[in-house]
Amino acid sequence: MGSIQLKKVEKRFGDVVVIPPLDLEIEDGDFVVFVGPSGCGKSTLLRLIAGLEDVSGGTIEINGKDATSVPPAKRGLAMVFQSYALYPHMSVRKNIAFPLRMAGMSQAEQDAKVNAAAKVLNLGDYIDRRPGQLSGGQRQRVAIGRAIVREPDAFLFDEPLSNLDAALRVNMRLEISELHSTLATTMIYVTHDQVEAMTMADKIVVLQAGHIEQVGSPLELYRSPRNLFVSGFIGSPKMNHITGAEAAKHGATTIGIRPEHIDLSTTEGMWKGVVGVSEHLGSDTFLRVDVGDLGTITVRASGEFAVHRGDTVYLTPQAMHLHRFGPDGLAIR
Amino acid sequence: MATQHSRSAARLMISPAVLLLLGWMIVPLAMTLYFSFQRYNLLMPGQGGFVGFENYRYFLSDPAFFSALTNTLLLVGGVLFITVVGGVFLAMLMDQPFWGQGIVRVLVIAPFFVMPTVSALVWKNMFMNPVSGLFAFLAKGLGLEPFDFLAQAPLMSIILIVSWQWLPFATLILLTAFQSLDSEQLEAAEMDGASPVSRFLFIMLPHLSRAITVVILIQTIFLLSIFAEILVTTNGGPGTASTNLTYLVYAQSLLQFDVGGGSAGGVIAIILANIVAIFLMRMIGKNLET
Repeated sequence: MGSIQLKKVEKRFGDVVVIPPLDLEIEDGDFVVFVGPSGCGKSTLLRLIAGLEDVSGGTIEINGKDATSVPPAKRGLAMVFQSYALYPHMSVRKNIAFPLRMAGMSQAEQDAKVNAAAKVLNLGDYIDRRPGQLSGGQRQRVAIGRAIVREPDAFLFDEPLSNLDAALRVNMRLEISELHSTLATTMIYVTHDQVEAMTMADKIVVLQAGHIEQVGSPLELYRSPRNLFVSGFIGSPKMNHITGAEAAKHGATTIGIRPEHIDLSTTEGMWKGVVGVSEHLGSDTFLRVDVGDLGTITVRASGEFAVHRGDTVYLTPQAMHLHRFGPDGLAIR
Repeated sequence: MATQHSRSAARLMISPAVLLLLGWMIVPLAMTLYFSFQRYNLLMPGQGGFVGFENYRYFLSDPAFFSALTNTLLLVGGVLFITVVGGVFLAMLMDQPFWGQGIVRVLVIAPFFVMPTVSALVWKNMFMNPVSGLFAFLAKGLGLEPFDFLAQAPLMSIILIVSWQWLPFATLILLTAFQSLDSEQLEAAEMDGASPVSRFLFIMLPHLSRAITVVILIQTIFLLSIFAEILVTTNGGPGTASTNLTYLVYAQSLLQFDVGGGSAGGVIAIILANIVAIFLMRMIGKNLET
């Protein structure tokens, strides 16, 4: 149980329209990621679903029932905040038990549930400490624990990993994914990091300025972005966009080619360019190649590719991976 | 820069200030102690001399002493209760966004800038006066008998006046505490199913505990020595109904001209204030740690 439908949901702050009317369907058990640049309204959308903000128009249905004016606590949703929002004066145990205590559950039942959650999340060692004595990753786990014990219909995550260091982020990403497969509960996850979106999501919702640009599975978005924005946002390093005469040759206003879909050669190819900055990552080498009229193009070479700044290289885009976009920015299929 | 040399230089530099403050404190304290063991009455010059604990025995066996002690504790306790409860309430209201917030915040501080004597006189003559005061006017408007605050409930009236002066202080400190409360915590509590009352009890109040401690500690220091408000309103009366320790010491030394007895009272007041301070630190001082 945990399907959510947004119907013509709209949010305005005064005269500023943050989210123009928007429809979205989230099915039970989905891991949905809202992704978009800062200020695109993804957090606002999550807060609308949570009930922390009132909608300016439209309806939100949870499990088929209209929940638009239901208070947040009664929606059966649990939220993990960016700052974790743990209660600093309570021990980890009390933090996790807080929603149960508010629901008027007996002490024995509370203990049983808290212990179960602590086991799932490995909180055992610091269950009696206060949040101030925990590291970022531990706090994150406690915040998730507090969400789990409520056994909600859906979890809402608001950029939960943005305060963690890179290594921990990868770990927590895996843990949250595993949690999703264990609990099989609907999760809605907000992030600005497209890597998180690609690795965790069943379904990605790409937002820009409150509009849904595209909804689809990670690979769908990667393979067939609907428009220029999505093509540039999904994938790392981002897709090369080429306009002008070269694009016109392919019957498009803009053509897009991902760095990993360009063949690189030192002897022959379609486009001739001069190597600029190169980033050697060991497994990959990213080259920034200056190709005269076409501008600077990023190319991925696998492994160690021995070229230096100022060397001449030849690039050949793989025709089957070429994306074509019309004058309105939409993909031409 | 914490070398041996810089440390001793620092001690040398700071010593004049420390010595000055020490002298400033030690000299009056030593004189008070000295006088408290002397027969020193301004009406009987030339009859001085060491009298041992006679002054203390006299002051402690004075029936006014115990009523002064109770009044002091009632005054401090009453004002603390009103300012903390009222301060939390006002701070919570002022933390909400509303039109004219800036001006209201400035206005709320205003009573703190009014001199104690002035505010007490304003309350005495313009509000509590049974003939021409505003409260009497309101009571008469409602067809009630005007209440003579300072004659019938002198201590309560003084508690009200002093509370009015200290409410802004408590409100401001607590308001800053409210402003430092993470709104995500309140939202998390809301999602966790906490009602507004539970959110206040479980999230806001614990967050305020440190600020409340600061308010109580600072106010207690000042409230133990309330004097001007009593002098200009009731003069400690009727009888000793509104006499606190500070006022009793004043009455002893400057109304009965018994400087020795007054000094003994002063020393007793110092000891009692320290006892109160120790209790306070024991009870709530631990809130300030970590």
